[in-house]
Amino acid sequence: MMSEARDITGPRTLLEKIWRRHVVVPETADTPAVLYVDLHLVHEVTSPQAFSVLRRRGLPVRRPDRTLATVDHSIPTSPARWQGDRPTMDGEARVQVETLGENCAHFDIPLLGIGSRRRGIVHVIGPEQGASQPGMTIVCGDSHTTTHGAFGALAFGIGTTEVGHVLATQCLLQRRPRALAVNVSGRLAAGVTAKDLALAVIGRLGVGGGTGHVIEYRGAAIRALSMDERMTLCNMSIEAGARAGMVAPDDTTFEYLEGRPMSPKAAAWERAVRDWRTLCSDPGARFDREIEIDASTQEPQVTWGTDPGMVVAIGGRIPADGGARQREALSYMDLDAGQAIGGQPVDMVFIGSCTNARLSDLRQAASVLRGRRVAPGIRAVIVPGSQQVKAQAEAEGLHRVFLEAGAEWHESGCSLCIAMNGDRAAPGQYVVSTSNRNFEGRQGPGARTLLASPLTAAASAIAGAVADPRPLLERARRIA
Amino acid sequence: MSAGREIIRSRTVVLPVENIDTDQIIPARFLTTTERAGLGRCLFHDWRFHADGRPRSDFILNQPAADGCDVLVAGRNFACGSSREHAPWALLDYGFHAVISTEIADIFRSNALRNGLLALEVTDEVHDWLIAHPGAPVSIDLESCRLRAGDAVDTTFEVESFARYCLLNGVDPLGYLLSRLPDIECYEAGRA
Repeated sequence: MMSEARDITGPRTLLEKIWRRHVVVPETADTPAVLYVDLHLVHEVTSPQAFSVLRRRGLPVRRPDRTLATVDHSIPTSPARWQGDRPTMDGEARVQVETLGENCAHFDIPLLGIGSRRRGIVHVIGPEQGASQPGMTIVCGDSHTTTHGAFGALAFGIGTTEVGHVLATQCLLQRRPRALAVNVSGRLAAGVTAKDLALAVIGRLGVGGGTGHVIEYRGAAIRALSMDERMTLCNMSIEAGARAGMVAPDDTTFEYLEGRPMSPKAAAWERAVRDWRTLCSDPGARFDREIEIDASTQEPQVTWGTDPGMVVAIGGRIPADGGARQREALSYMDLDAGQAIGGQPVDMVFIGSCTNARLSDLRQAASVLRGRRVAPGIRAVIVPGSQQVKAQAEAEGLHRVFLEAGAEWHESGCSLCIAMNGDRAAPGQYVVSTSNRNFEGRQGPGARTLLASPLTAAASAIAGAVADPRPLLERARRIA
Repeated sequence: MSAGREIIRSRTVVLPVENIDTDQIIPARFLTTTERAGLGRCLFHDWRFHADGRPRSDFILNQPAADGCDVLVAGRNFACGSSREHAPWALLDYGFHAVISTEIADIFRSNALRNGLLALEVTDEVHDWLIAHPGAPVSIDLESCRLRAGDAVDTTFEVESFARYCLLNGVDPLGYLLSRLPDIECYEAGRA
């Protein structure tokens, strides 16, 4: 193939390097590549039908040691629904969680289940446990698998049929995607977060703009991001339609990974880091497409519509120029073209999800909420990304900040990001949410989602309306 | 499965909404199932039904014109969002055999083809015509990759070659992967 021939010599992108390492059988015009999967993450919602296929055909799980399961989507997070290690669950959700337990026991797959202190949202625990590493191929039956690309991995979501393929063969049939460079210069200003950058990128590309591509985020602004921030950015890549998002690994990556339970140890660690340092796009490597963004001019972003590309800077107005899609979105949202997004009254605030529920996100929310109160009538729900994040936050006293402010502090899980565990907003309610999708009904039938950063969400909880967090941060700094 | 050797001949249902996401195709609260059958009742649920469960008479699938239509023409950029295979399962269970748009999200397209739901991308010109002619008779021939609609459209489409081969010849992709196990073992041995 032309593109394969081009690769033989010359500079390569990070995507090409990882791809080539995992080709078991090369791609031809007639057949996709057989691509090896290093890490397969499994959760309760998209796996039962795949396990059923294995059972029906009498197939084993080929590499249980490369498979890691947890429960996150359908388990309750509200403290009222937990007694110790035991949640109260409805029929179907309970069956789903129990089915995963049975399947993991039957097929010998490690499961961070209900009682585990290492349980959490699948895209939070992979990195937390050190399972997600540079150079890997990582898949999961979940579109936000793109999160793990923050480590310089090729990580993407797959459907349930493909979950079955990976369980049975540790491989996938894949054609190599195209490479899209998002070059981000400058540096994010105070109060402007990786979430805002992610929303700005989606605003630029549109929700279908990345289709068929893997994004590599590059440039000085990316190098300056922490791992948590890189995860937030890569997480949202799917919202631009991209297959995956990735950031080349560097010292920030290695510092994060060193000493984690599943990270390589001792001599193996040294060897791994030497190898990982080679995982970057070579100078002169050709991308199929490139876009440039200046981080320093970015502002906090808020979505106003029903897809993540319908986004505006917090000081801005909903675009006046219409189109059917915008009119439908504004009708659902009950907002007006030309309206300022700041000051829009809200009913709920949700701080959580695989996008923004890691410790640094909770610290940011707490920095705004400390010593302040959630506005009367506003329900603020804070859901840590994992039980470990919850424990760390509590060790720092962040839960007290939240509870004293009048917010709810939950057990970990996907919760109001996908609203399939009983946590949901009421029809017509406005929710400022740190999650990743503002689709119609995503947070409950008729619920209206405004996506934003943890800082903006916290500031909006205090104001009872969409609010710019930066004035609050300046005051906090002056007092300090 | 629905595609295979047969030519799909049907009238179209047109749902001219841009960027229809997977949460509209099947809302997440219906994903707590461990089965794949019967999801057609959840298809476009919150567009099809009022909160009290009554059908919305203004939604196209609840209108007589949609009866017996196997082909869905959707607005631009169909099925962005989640990896839930429940989306193509719901479309197939409801009775659709093909969906047509200008762009189709990567994961959905792959999921659809694995289940025999043809997910076809067409040019703006063809799409505009299909959107403007709801109920038009179409024929979709996977063998020749040819789409015809009314008297106006006669065009070809692209389908990933291996997925097409599998559908036309009843080849199971998992079976193909299992046949490559010696290569997989060799690869694993080479990395160890």
